[in-house]
Amino acid sequence: MGEVKRGYVRPLDLKQGRVDLTHGSGGRSMVQLISELFTKHLGNEYLGQGNDGAILPAASGRLVMSTDCHVVSPLFFPGGDIGSLSVHGTVNDVAVMGATPLYLAAGFILEEGFPLADLARIVESMARAARDAGVPVVTGDTKVVERGKGDGVFITTTGVGVLPEGLELGGSRARPGDVVIVSGSLGDHGVAIMSKRENLSFDAPIESDSAALNGLITAMLATGADLRCLRDPTRGGLAATLNEIAGQSGVGMMLHEKAIPVKQVVAAACEFLGLDPLYVANEGKLIAICAAADADRLLAAMRAHPQGRDAVQIGNVIADEHHFVQLTTAFGGKRIVDWLAGDQLPRIC
Amino acid sequence: MKYIDEFRDGELAKNLALSIAAEVEPGRNYSFMEFCGGHTHAISRYGLSDLLPATVRMVHGPGCPVCVLPIGRVDLAINLALKEGVILCTYGDTLRVPASEGLSLMKAKARGGDIRMVYSTIDALQIARDNPQREVVFFAIGFETTTPPTAVAIQQADTEGLKNFSVLCCHVLTPAAISNILESPEVRQWGTVPLDGFIGPAHVSTVIGSRPYEFFAEEYRKPVVIAGFEPLDVMQAILMLVRQVNEGRAEVENEFARAVSRDGNLKAQDRVAEVFELRREFEWRGLSVVPYSALRIRRKYASFDAERRFKLDYQSVPDNKACECGAILRGVKRPQDCKIFGTVCTPENPIGSCMVSSEGACAAHYSYGRYKDMH
Repeated sequence: MGEVKRGYVRPLDLKQGRVDLTHGSGGRSMVQLISELFTKHLGNEYLGQGNDGAILPAASGRLVMSTDCHVVSPLFFPGGDIGSLSVHGTVNDVAVMGATPLYLAAGFILEEGFPLADLARIVESMARAARDAGVPVVTGDTKVVERGKGDGVFITTTGVGVLPEGLELGGSRARPGDVVIVSGSLGDHGVAIMSKRENLSFDAPIESDSAALNGLITAMLATGADLRCLRDPTRGGLAATLNEIAGQSGVGMMLHEKAIPVKQVVAAACEFLGLDPLYVANEGKLIAICAAADADRLLAAMRAHPQGRDAVQIGNVIADEHHFVQLTTAFGGKRIVDWLAGDQLPRIC
Repeated sequence: MKYIDEFRDGELAKNLALSIAAEVEPGRNYSFMEFCGGHTHAISRYGLSDLLPATVRMVHGPGCPVCVLPIGRVDLAINLALKEGVILCTYGDTLRVPASEGLSLMKAKARGGDIRMVYSTIDALQIARDNPQREVVFFAIGFETTTPPTAVAIQQADTEGLKNFSVLCCHVLTPAAISNILESPEVRQWGTVPLDGFIGPAHVSTVIGSRPYEFFAEEYRKPVVIAGFEPLDVMQAILMLVRQVNEGRAEVENEFARAVSRDGNLKAQDRVAEVFELRREFEWRGLSVVPYSALRIRRKYASFDAERRFKLDYQSVPDNKACECGAILRGVKRPQDCKIFGTVCTPENPIGSCMVSSEGACAAHYSYGRYKDMH
């Protein structure tokens, strides 16, 4: 028998290895998984503290906190994966509040048998997304459930950000006369996911728009435009988000179908899947409701930012006691854009 | 999108709208039934009725396979999943159709039924291949468009010797439903439902051709225009119907010449005839029992017939008393005439089947047009 170095611990087998129940049991293998995979990629001074919680410097201003669970299927899709998505989703939820996202916490539920190689890919992608967004993952948790009790991996992320005094954005602040702006084309994420579903795969050059929007939002806030509300139209798409705002503000909306940006491939895919792009999820787009007088200034700032290049006004807020979101169709008629009924696409994020 | 945008062109629509407005005769009312839910959906989604003169009224017909599926049939499917423990494969639209005891396929799935949404019969066959130890039943619904794929699936299963695959056949026939409406007292005797013509569904006619409609034109003196599902197709069809009415003609005209022929798809018809035969009668939601209006699986393929295999006994179940789906499906009432429309019955919590499918008259009006009732 050859010599074995003192203190040597056989590293995780990131090629063939799989998650097993010991990785969540609190023993050495859990510690090893955390150090060789999670801390290795996500590492930063706070995560490195290694305690039950992270000690963070006090922030000045009001805190904004948001949490988001991610159960997307498939885990890897064109333009992203559950790792990057879990960062973008929460960073965006904090950022659309007008806050600067500062920290993330991440919880992983792993299924026994999940390949460690896939987990490594996901964590690396998460780390990259967090780095790019400038928001570190400062604490986390991992649990393992028996085979058949999960679906590979579920990730919950929680974000904390700081909101400057005086800045008030909210769904109840839309007023008749305001303009409705979207930051770019709609439906990319949902259709990218659909294109890879097991029983439905089709070849379409569509990538998810999954992206962090905090940079774009900083640029928008810097214009000083009178912004009423920002939202990211994820599940339920544009339709759900606008109905939400219309209800909260007690107003109606009038949209113009011709103005709503939808990529050709997305429109075509929706056409044969029987979907309406206005209801399909986005993960890197935002909707802004803004005072009409400031719309041009805001649009110019958005278009100068890579995430907002295709920003465009799609309609107006109107007075309507029924709080309908209406649309003038490209065909020349009028219709409601109602809440989504049922579920067009389960497990999209 | 090439080949789609051309049929949604707002400028062309304006021209067609102008032609229709110019050609309707003053003082005359025009009532046309769009038989198919696909047309109902297109009319609502594109706001088509805004482009029509007030004297042209579109009556929604029963051509939505989900809407005409009676409760008893959904109950059979639910029982197969919950009591027989089969893997029940179904198209997505049937999942939310309300059935007995407050159940639907979706709710039965939450109770542990192995109910899987499929996009085609090919998926259902694959599930059967992958689960040789389980019984797999395909819940086959739809008009003539979905029937040939079911026929092919049964023949394929037969060729492969798939022993665990069967079909709960609920396929129904378009011409039988149109006859039923034309024979109804509201149309024939009392005239309470004025019908001056039909828009026939193009996709059905790509299979059965335009010939089966010739009978309606001749026997009942009703013009029929077979039309595609793009909004311009529907506008064009309405213009053609207005012209027929004005000229006193009752003919079958084909707006969808780009895919529909007089004879249809003979190969598909052959496959259907090999596998299926007429049922003596079949219960439709809204139309009640309609003779020779549906298909069942021939004895030759009996082992693939879930009704025979599981000795299913069909029980008719009455609709909710307050629900007007029946009258709406026959064109007697409009969705907004129903007391529970938009209050008790909404797309989130449908009481009647017309509120379930996006092609149902109630769901289409609720989702796209109900603002008109309020302003």
